[in-house]
Amino acid sequence: MFKKAFTKVMAVGFTSVLLFAACSGDEPTETGSGDQAGNGQEDVTIDFMHLWPSGSSPDHNRIVDGIIAEFEEMHPHVTVEVETLENEQYRNQLQVISSSNQLPDVGMTWAAGFMEPYVRGERFASLEDIFDDEFRDSFVGGVLDGYQVDGETYALPVELNIAPVFYNQAIFAEYGLEVPKTYDEFLQVIDTLVENGETPITLGNRDAWTGSMWYMYLADRFGGETALNEAIDRTGSFENDALIDAAREIQTMVERDAFIRGFNGLSDQEAKSEFMNGNSAMYMIGSWDLPNFTTNEDVPQEFRDSIDFFRFPAVEGGAGDVDSWVGGPGVGLFVAENSDVKEEAKDFVKHFVERWGEQSVEEAGIIPGTQVDTSAVDLPDLFIDVLNELNNATNITMYADVQMSANVADTHLDLIQALYGLEITPEEFAQQHEQALLEEE
Amino acid sequence: MNKVMSDKKVIALYVLPAFLLLMVLVYIPIILTGYYGLMRWDGIGAMEFIGLDNYQRLLQDSTFWRSAGHSGLLAIFSVLSLVGYLIISMVLAGKIKGADLFRKIYLIPMLLSSVAIAQLWMRIYHPTNGVINRFLESIGIENTPLWLADTNIVLYSIFIPIIWQYAGFYILIYYAALKNVPNELVEAARIDGATPWQIGYKIKLPLIAGVIKVTIVLAVVGSLKYFDLIWVMTQGGPNGASEVIASYMYKQAFNTYNFGYGSAIGFFLLILCLIVTYFIRKLTASKEDVQY
Repeated sequence: MFKKAFTKVMAVGFTSVLLFAACSGDEPTETGSGDQAGNGQEDVTIDFMHLWPSGSSPDHNRIVDGIIAEFEEMHPHVTVEVETLENEQYRNQLQVISSSNQLPDVGMTWAAGFMEPYVRGERFASLEDIFDDEFRDSFVGGVLDGYQVDGETYALPVELNIAPVFYNQAIFAEYGLEVPKTYDEFLQVIDTLVENGETPITLGNRDAWTGSMWYMYLADRFGGETALNEAIDRTGSFENDALIDAAREIQTMVERDAFIRGFNGLSDQEAKSEFMNGNSAMYMIGSWDLPNFTTNEDVPQEFRDSIDFFRFPAVEGGAGDVDSWVGGPGVGLFVAENSDVKEEAKDFVKHFVERWGEQSVEEAGIIPGTQVDTSAVDLPDLFIDVLNELNNATNITMYADVQMSANVADTHLDLIQALYGLEITPEEFAQQHEQALLEEE
Repeated sequence: MNKVMSDKKVIALYVLPAFLLLMVLVYIPIILTGYYGLMRWDGIGAMEFIGLDNYQRLLQDSTFWRSAGHSGLLAIFSVLSLVGYLIISMVLAGKIKGADLFRKIYLIPMLLSSVAIAQLWMRIYHPTNGVINRFLESIGIENTPLWLADTNIVLYSIFIPIIWQYAGFYILIYYAALKNVPNELVEAARIDGATPWQIGYKIKLPLIAGVIKVTIVLAVVGSLKYFDLIWVMTQGGPNGASEVIASYMYKQAFNTYNFGYGSAIGFFLLILCLIVTYFIRKLTASKEDVQY
C-alpha cells in the first residue's frame, strides 16, 4: 500500500515539476525595475535595459556607461538605472515583462519581424516627434525602414551590418586563386579548393540564418534587389524564376562540396572556428565580426593579416548589382509606451544614438546606424573598406528572417536547412515559401 | 507536545509555507497555462478568447505530431535502456570487487549539467574533428556519418547522450533496491540449488518490481517532456528532424509569438503525461504486492 502511494506521489510530483518546467515562462516575473517616485518633485528615473553586460561585452558596456554619465550630468534631475542581460535571456525577458506591461522606459529591440508584435500590442512609443531633418539625415539611408511600422518609426538603430564574403588570402595564394568577379569564377575557385582537399566555405547551418544569407545573395544577383523583398511583402511571388534559380544554385554548390562537411549540424560558432583556425578558405558573416579579423588581440596577428573580403560576385545575365548587399540593422533603442518619463526617455534615446555613433566603431568595433566620417576615425583598413562599401552600397536587403513575420521566418529557416540538405527541390522550396507567405496574408 | 499538535492552527502554520510555495510555483502556473491555452495571444499584446481552437489546431498540426512521435520514440528507447541499467545494477549488487567505484563512475554523467554534456557530445559528433569520425576515418571508412546533420540519424545520435546521462540515476535506484533484498532469501534459494540466473530472475526481480514500475513511469514521463540536450545540440533541426514536443512548444511560445498555442501544447503535454502515467500504473499493477 505504502509503495503504491509512493509511486503515485512520485508520478504526480514529477508531472507537476514537468509542467512547471514546461511553462516557467508564464510566471509573473518581478523585474526589480518599476517606476520609482523621485525624492524631489523633478527627480525622475529612467529604467534602461540593454544586452551588453560588462563581462561579455566590456567595450560596449563602457561606452554605454559613459553616455549615461554624460546624460545625467546634462540633466541633473534624471537618474538612469541600468539592467543588463545576455542576448538570449534578454529576448525571453523582454517578452515576459512585456506581457505584464512592465517594460523598462528604454530598452533594446531587433528590427522588423521581431518588433512588430510589440508595436501592434502598443508596447513601444512612436519616436516620430524627436526627428528633425538634421537628425534624420544623420542616419545611413534606408536604415530606419527596418524600425518602421505603418510609416512610423518606433526604434532607433545603434547597429548596422552588411555581410561580405571573408576569405583567407593565404589559402587563396597557395593555389594561385584570384578574387572571383563572376559567379562562374566563384565556382571555379570552389572546384580548385575542393580538388586540393581544402574546405572552400565554412557554414554553420544549424543557425540557418547563415545559410539564408548565401541564398539571399544568389536571389539578389539573379533577380535584382526587389525579387526577394517583393515576394516577402506580397507585391510579388516567391514562385519566381530568379528565386528558384537561386535555390538551385545553392544545391549546385552543395553538390560541388563547396560547404564544410556536416554544415547542417554545426552552429555558426563551430563553423567560425574552422575559419579562424585557417581550415577553411571562405566564410560569410555580418560585419559585426570585423573585430575578430582586425583588432582582437586574442586572434593571432598572422591570421588577422591574412583576412580580406569580397563582394558576392555577379551572376551572368542576372539582374543584380554587385554593390547590393545583404545586411541590415541589428539592435535599436525603443521607448516604452507606458513609460512615466517618456519625454526624458526620448531625449535619452536621441542623445544616446548621437553619441554612440561617434564612438562605437572606434571603441567597440560596432558600425552604428548613423553615418561615420571615415576620415575622422582611426581604424584598421578592413574596417574602412567595409565602411566605404556601406557608403557606396546601392541597396541593402535586410536579412530574410528579420524581414519576415516570426511564423514565416521559422518556416524559411527550416526550408533553408532542407534545401541545403537536398531534401527538397528548388521548386518545392519556392512553393512552400509561397504557401507560408499566403497563409500570413 | 500532543496538545500542540492537535491544535489545528498550529498544524496550519506548519503546512502553510510549503503549501503556499507549491501553489505559487506549481499549481497556479498550471492553471494559467490552461487558461492561456484558450487564448489567441502573441505573449505581448491583448489576449483574445478563442475557446478550444488552439487544441483543434493541435490535432491537425502535422509538425506537432511528428515531434510527438520523436518524443514517443525517445520514451521507448528510455524504457528499453532500463533493462540495461537493471543488468548493470544486478552485476554491481552481486559481490564483485570495486562495485562501489563503478557505481560512482556511472553516476558521474548525472552530476554534469545538461549543457556541458551537450557541448561534450557535440565535440564527439563533430563531422571532421570528432572522436567518432576520426576513429572511423582511421580504420578506412570514407563517408563517415554526419551525426547531427543527417536527418535520418540525428534523432538517434541525440538519444545516446540522453540515455548515457540518466544511466547513473537509474543504476543508483536499482542498486539501492537490490541491496534491500534480504540476504536470507537469496541464500535460501542458493541452498535449494538455484542458479544465479534464477536468483536474479525469480527472486530479486519480483522483489524490486515496485521500484521498476516507478522507474518506468519516470523514464516515460521524463522522455515525453525532454528538452535540454536536444535544444542545445540541434534546436530540433535540421528541418525538424529532431524536434520533440517540448522544443516545439518553446519555439511556438517564444520564437514565433504564438504564446497561446504554445501554452496549449504545454497543457496537452501535461494531460498526456497524466494519461500515460495512469495507463502504465494500470498495466503494471499486480493483484498482490510482493512483501518482504
